[in-house]
Amino acid sequence: MTSKGFVSVEGKRVAIENEKNLLELIRKAGIEIPTFCYHSELSVYGACRLCLVDIEGMGIQASCSIEPRDGMKVKVHTPQIREIRRTNIELLLASGHHNCTTCVKTGYCRLQDVARKLGVKELRFKESQEQRPRNTHSHSIVRDPDKCILCGDCIRMCSEVQGIGVIDFANRGSKTQVLPTFGKDLDDVECVNCGQCVRICPTGALSSKSEVSQIWADIWSPNKKVAVQIAPAVRVALGEMYNLPAGENATGQIVTALRMIGFDYVYDTSYSADLTIFEEATEFLQRFEKGANMPLFTSCCPAWVKHAEHCYPDLLENISTCKSPQQMMASAIKESYVREGGKREDISVVCVMPCTAKKYEAKRPEFAVNGDHDVSNVLTTMELARMIDEKGIKFNELEPGPFDMPFGFKTGAGVIFGTAGGVTEAVIRYIMGIVAPSADYKPVCKVLHESTDLKELEIEVSGKKVRIAAVNGLKNAKKLIEDLKTGKKQYDFIEVMACPNGCVGGAGQPALNSAQNAKKRKEGLYGIDGQQQLHKPQDNHYITKLYEALQSEVGGHKAHELFHTHYHNRKRVNISPRREEGKVHINVCFGSTCVRRGAKDLVRQIRQYAQGKNINAQINVEPSFCYEKCTKAPMVRINDAEIEKADIEKIDIVLTRELSKAAQ
Amino acid sequence: MSLEKLNDVIAILNEYDNNPSKLIPILQKVQQKYNYLPQDAMTFVANSLGIAPSKVYGVATFFSHFSIVPKGRHIIKICDGTACHVKKSEGIINAAKKRLNLTDEKHTSGDFMFTLECVSCLGACGIAPVAVVDEEVHPQMTPEKITALIDAVYAKEKANA
Repeated sequence: MTSKGFVSVEGKRVAIENEKNLLELIRKAGIEIPTFCYHSELSVYGACRLCLVDIEGMGIQASCSIEPRDGMKVKVHTPQIREIRRTNIELLLASGHHNCTTCVKTGYCRLQDVARKLGVKELRFKESQEQRPRNTHSHSIVRDPDKCILCGDCIRMCSEVQGIGVIDFANRGSKTQVLPTFGKDLDDVECVNCGQCVRICPTGALSSKSEVSQIWADIWSPNKKVAVQIAPAVRVALGEMYNLPAGENATGQIVTALRMIGFDYVYDTSYSADLTIFEEATEFLQRFEKGANMPLFTSCCPAWVKHAEHCYPDLLENISTCKSPQQMMASAIKESYVREGGKREDISVVCVMPCTAKKYEAKRPEFAVNGDHDVSNVLTTMELARMIDEKGIKFNELEPGPFDMPFGFKTGAGVIFGTAGGVTEAVIRYIMGIVAPSADYKPVCKVLHESTDLKELEIEVSGKKVRIAAVNGLKNAKKLIEDLKTGKKQYDFIEVMACPNGCVGGAGQPALNSAQNAKKRKEGLYGIDGQQQLHKPQDNHYITKLYEALQSEVGGHKAHELFHTHYHNRKRVNISPRREEGKVHINVCFGSTCVRRGAKDLVRQIRQYAQGKNINAQINVEPSFCYEKCTKAPMVRINDAEIEKADIEKIDIVLTRELSKAAQ
Repeated sequence: MSLEKLNDVIAILNEYDNNPSKLIPILQKVQQKYNYLPQDAMTFVANSLGIAPSKVYGVATFFSHFSIVPKGRHIIKICDGTACHVKKSEGIINAAKKRLNLTDEKHTSGDFMFTLECVSCLGACGIAPVAVVDEEVHPQMTPEKITALIDAVYAKEKANA
């Protein structure tokens, strides 16, 4: 490699390699500069003014925004820089209300950490803002404007990494706030609850909504049994809260801790991950054979499902109808409790998830029977640590314990669900187990173990090629869907995980250094898979027994009732139809699919048509948003008659009929 | 959103080739048409330009020129720049507020007839304190004069009704 020159950092010669900016080069030299707004996964913003350095000939500059050049002489710590950094922290602390002792992020807060490291012990400025209320309307995310330091990390995460952009700066100057669109609540906009904003937030301004108190209440309720299930990704991350290395398997200790906390049954979501594959792979093979609703998208990730409901209503029929492992497990637990003579509402199911969106998923109305939700509460990995600490358990001293049966039994396929590409590999193992039992799946799946945004491979099923993709990060998913729509790419099976790196990188995981640790957690999961005796989902005999008990085949009637769900379109814009007496009402759908398929032009044609027939006074043409029939776009509704794939000829027929009806 | 509004917005978008970098002139045109930026129009603009509605909301709330709440039929601008301020523009502002029943948060009268805007310097310091009612500049204002101006507009509206 040819040298790109050297920079002198505090007198030390540092070679320039591929650093994008001076900050990375200084960090490479072993000097830690505090930052809030700089993240290697996001664009450079230059807002927090903490990464200031003194460059000879250039003066004091933000090192995140300067390209390293040969011969630069940089000082990182000077009296002036020290004063500026400390003043900045003081101003940030004074700009809000940072009540550290009661803050959920305490101990994991970057602001707290930086203030401690820079030795800020005194505030010379008064807190200037009036207190603003916390917003707790979302099922997953709590916003506390009083703790926001306006670094913009959440905004860039939402738009740059996830491609959604439901939050942005609003107003200006001292009134600036990070707000969802039109100042609404997060659950009233297109937020998918992935929580990546929570993960990246350096303070307590964004946090996951804790349900810890409700869970204690259930545990202490004498008439209630409480079952808990833990997701694959949790077991390789919780240890980080107790100084274990990232990726270390702490499954046994977690099981013991959960029993000590007081849960009656401790189950493994990997069991229902195996179960998910029974249903999902079967569904895929059926669709693949018929060629119906292809490609098939996975449905385990609730953030992806909600995103599709908002943005890709025309793809909803392509999403697997399988519930996620969390919900399948809850259905199975409730069902078997009732079969054994118990009352449905007497057992509650708690889930420990690496995810904030799972909290919202649990509250979806589809997953309740007579108001009793299958899942009562969801804990994130970090919230479980809080319960462990509250109970006074010394996690590092625990002896490992075993899961309860039958829902604690798993194969390796159910474990790797926790990392991007894992669901795909589990499906391949299942399908190859059917079509080519003697073949080795390992070489085929090697590409899935890479840490890339998009993984592609092909397998052969009964002489036909199956084109497979696994994508993580919603912005990458958006690009894949665009390529799919333009015909640039073609697939038969697509796994989508909303979070970068999949569930191991979820927002419920220990937040500090989560991006770097996600890869180690992934390796941890593949390590656990390697230790299992069984690797193909169909080898899980407890699942075979479950189907026997339910008297259902895989994909059968009872299995559908318990393990499948449906989706619905979430309209982007609501327009209430206006009805006037004696007029024929024509509503043209202006949903995004219909607009793409010529709704605007259709309105023009209807106007011309009405002009030509001189019927302007008798009709009322209005746009409307989404009839939830996007596959039949463009949609037009004339009074109560719906016209699918509308054109002016079809409209002519219905409109003439309705006009003559109105004339009578 | 009515079809008329939709057609207006589509026409404005087409005028700027649905170009996302023309967001500000597009919003200016929309505001010109409706006196403010209706939420549904902002959403439609965002969707058409392929940018997040939160970004459009951010732009609309950043510039004081834009209003996200409906404005009155008549706009009164009272200058509170340095020259006008020392010539007691505050009393004029208070008189207008009192006449129209406005507060620090409420800038538009309940009947949507007037919106009061306090602006910084209209560049007419020689005739301070200044008020502008719709397009007409009024020099050397007093609390009595501004009240009379408002009354006159009301009288005119009544006569035309």
